[in-house]
Parts: sequence; C-alpha cells; structure tokens
Amino acid sequence: MTSGAYQGPLPVKQPESDFYWEKAQAHELWLRRCNACEHAYFYPRDFCPDCGSRDVSWVQASGKGTLHTFAIVHRAPVPAFRDHVPFVVAMVDLEEGPRIPTNLVDVEPDPAHIHVGMAVEVAFADLTDEITLPVFRPS
Amino acid sequence: MTNTSKAAAIVGVAESDEIGLVPHKSALAHHAEAAHNALEDAGLTRNDVDGLLTAGYVNYDLADYLGLAPRYTDTTTVGGASFVIHVGHAVNAIANGLCEVALITHGQAGRSSRVPIPRDPNLPSAMYEMPYGMIGMPINYSMAATRYMHQYGEDRTRQAMAEIAVSTRKWAQLNPKAMMRDPMSFDDYHDSRWICWPFHLLDCCLVTDAGAAIVVTTPERARSLPKPPVWVLGHAEHHDHAGITTMPDLTSTPARVTGPAALGMAGVTHGDIDLTMIYDSFTYTVLVTLESLGYCGPGEGPDFVAGQRTAPGRDFPLNTSGGGLSYTHPGMYGIFPVVEAVRQLRGECGDRQAPDVSLALVNGTGGALSATGTIVLGVE
Repeated sequence: MTSGAYQGPLPVKQPESDFYWEKAQAHELWLRRCNACEHAYFYPRDFCPDCGSRDVSWVQASGKGTLHTFAIVHRAPVPAFRDHVPFVVAMVDLEEGPRIPTNLVDVEPDPAHIHVGMAVEVAFADLTDEITLPVFRPS
Repeated sequence: MTNTSKAAAIVGVAESDEIGLVPHKSALAHHAEAAHNALEDAGLTRNDVDGLLTAGYVNYDLADYLGLAPRYTDTTTVGGASFVIHVGHAVNAIANGLCEVALITHGQAGRSSRVPIPRDPNLPSAMYEMPYGMIGMPINYSMAATRYMHQYGEDRTRQAMAEIAVSTRKWAQLNPKAMMRDPMSFDDYHDSRWICWPFHLLDCCLVTDAGAAIVVTTPERARSLPKPPVWVLGHAEHHDHAGITTMPDLTSTPARVTGPAALGMAGVTHGDIDLTMIYDSFTYTVLVTLESLGYCGPGEGPDFVAGQRTAPGRDFPLNTSGGGLSYTHPGMYGIFPVVEAVRQLRGECGDRQAPDVSLALVNGTGGALSATGTIVLGVE
C-alpha cells in the first residue's frame, strides 16, 4: 500500500471506533485501556475483553513495537491489490502490550530483509480524505 | 455433563454426484444431491429425516429447497469446522430425543459460484484487517506459519510443509474422485510459485465445487440398517478468536482443547487411533494441528511427519482421501474428512484403504484457525 490510489476495502467505522479513526487521521495511534486491570487492548470496544470492566479510557500509544509476524503477499487477494503486490502484511506487538494488524512499509518485500522481532515504529498512510491507516516501518 | 459417547451412530455418508469443476450445478444442488446419496447409503429416505444441520445458510432456506420440515434445526457456522461440530450436535439432539434421524449437509460452488459470498464489513476483523490486504485465508494462515518458523526453525518447518503436500498427493493418486492426481515431487513443491510467502501454491488447498452429507441416527435404528454403524465415541468443540490478528498463539489452535476432550470422552488415547483426518486448508494447518491435538509436542511436528511417514503404506495414515490439498475443497471442507473416515472404518476405500481401521479421529478447523471440532469414530 505504498503507491497508487487506494481502491481496496475501507473500514466501515463503528460508533465505538470513531475516536480511533479520528486520531489516525491526525496521525496519532490511540488505544483503549482498562482502568480496572490497567491493561491496554486492541481493537477498541467500550469494555475490557480481559476482565469485562466497563471502566475504560483512551491512551495514546508510543508508536513503538516489535514485529510479531509477517507475510509477503504475491497473489493479490482481490483485484484492488493487483498494483500493490508484493506487499507485506504484519502484526506488531506494541510497547503498551496489544498486538495490531498492519502493513510493514519502507522495506524490501523479501524475507531476507524482514525479521520477526525487529523494532518498528508507526507511520500513517492516508488512504482517502476520511481514512488513514496506521502502518509500521523499521525503526 | 452427560457422556454421550456412543449415543448415536453415523449410518450414511456421500458426496454430491459430481465434485471438482462443476459449473452447471448450484451450491444448493450439491446439498440436495449429497443428501439424496447419503440417505441412500444409509438405507433411509427423506421421509425419515427430522433433524437438519448445516452451516452458511439460514436453515429454512435449505430446508425449503430440500422439501424438509425438521423438528430439530442447527446452523452453527464456524467456518469449515462447523460440520464436524454438527456431528456432536446431532448426537446430543438424538440422545435427548429432539430428533431421530439427523441430516448434515454441505454444498458449495466455491469455484463456479456466480456471486461471491460477502463478508459483513461491520465486523471488527473486516474493519481492522481487510484494509491492510488481509483478505482470504492464504494471507491469514501464512502469517501464522511465519511465526511458527521463527519459533521452531524455518528450514525444518519448510521441510515439514513439503512432506505434507507430497504425502497428501500420494493419497489423492489412489482416489478416483480427487481433483489433483498427477505425481508431485519435492522439487514440484519447492518450485511452485509464491501465493503469499511463506506459502507456495502447493501449500494451499484447492478451490472446487462440491457437496457432502452425513446421516446420524439412534443406536437402535443404526443396528437395523444394512451397513455397520460408525459410532460417535467422542466429540468436542471450541473457538478462541475470530480474525488471525486476535489469535492468542499463532502456533496453537483450539484443537489443544477439542483433541484431548474428544479422546477423553471416547476413553482412548492418541496411540489407539488408526486413522487421522485433519482439515488441511494449508500444509501448515496440518503441522500445527497435529501438535495441538497432542500427537506430538509443540515444535515436534516436523519430526513427526519426517520421511513421508504420513504417506500410503506407512505407519500414520493421514488424510487418505487426498485432503483439501489434492482431493476437493469447496470453501468449507470439514464435512469431507468425516465422509472419508466413515468409509475407511467400513473398509470401503479400495486402493487407498488403510489397514485395520477401527478407530478414527477427525479434526475440522474453521475461520482463521479460529474454531475446531474434533470427533472420534469407531466400529465394533
């Protein structure tokens, strides 16, 4: 997702995620955090999936993390991604704890250049006027 | 919890009339043909059916098409694991007198369907994964395989995936209904193109058109029918996430719960099992599921499958139909390994018949390694 106009599926924002997407648009990554068990979590919802508490707040993430895993997409799953292959899908373990889905950018899409456990930092891909995706690059 | 081991038996199994590339049949036509064929296999008729179970449909749509009006209905839909779980649900329904003859059907024109089945964009897994291009199972499962490689070694994981692809093809060569029957060498595997690294094309299941059905009934009725009953000795179900990015551990599936639970209900252990059928959406699915079921420990799967141990003629018959990798895979495959296990237990498999099969384990996996159902089947 590093070149060309984005034609792929866009997130359908939900009431409990509007804040997340508003902050992404401002190039900030925010997480839900449980005030009861003091545990940050992803994806956003208005209760803690670990302890069930409804006493939750938002915190801004540092944007730093490590690569939990990745894969390199060679065959576009839908036509909208044909101009983007090969590209890297990934999961990042954030410093605050949660694991989030993402793309790894600014790196050769080659397993010789990408390592599980490598340090990464957040960047932002403006897909449309409405939607910005948090992505990650080597730090 | 009541132990429902042997509370019901599978008495009929079948595929739809034609499977593979079948552009002239709808998904519902595959359901109907498979239902007809499985009832014939059982020695029963449509009029005997009072329970209907399927996945992916609202059940009244399917019942309407089939001309059935069941008094027990179940549309548990957890991907390809659903149909293995349905076997357990049918047993529970029969044990509780909710129905007497349960029909489980599946049909999918995975290759030829005129309109793709949409995914609900309101779901979190759609909102947070799909915009990154995480669409479709090869991409989801490949991320899990990369993590496994990181933890347990890339080269030995790669070799294990190759072993599974090659041995499964050897079984398919013995199955006249298998779509892919050409020989596959290790070089063929390694030379096949990348779909999504670390998956080659030959790590991935087929996409076909196919249906299958299973008939389950009471012990009394089962004993009165022409073919030997295949007893459901144990059954279990579990799911612990939806999208791949919320999976607690990418190297352990819910089979770590359903395997021991199903074996425990059956009162048997891994070493007693003569035939193992594991939903092979990808080679990696088989590797990680063998470990999760408890056939071997975490990271030991590559040693377990080494040297073509799972091929015909060897000591661990696995996916003897040729599996989703080489036999058929219409999208949700979980019903087909049950069909094969029943045929093996009855000794009906001809060239691919494994020796002395009296206990079989079937594990279905659905979603992004999200759900599993495990059953243990046996003949007297």
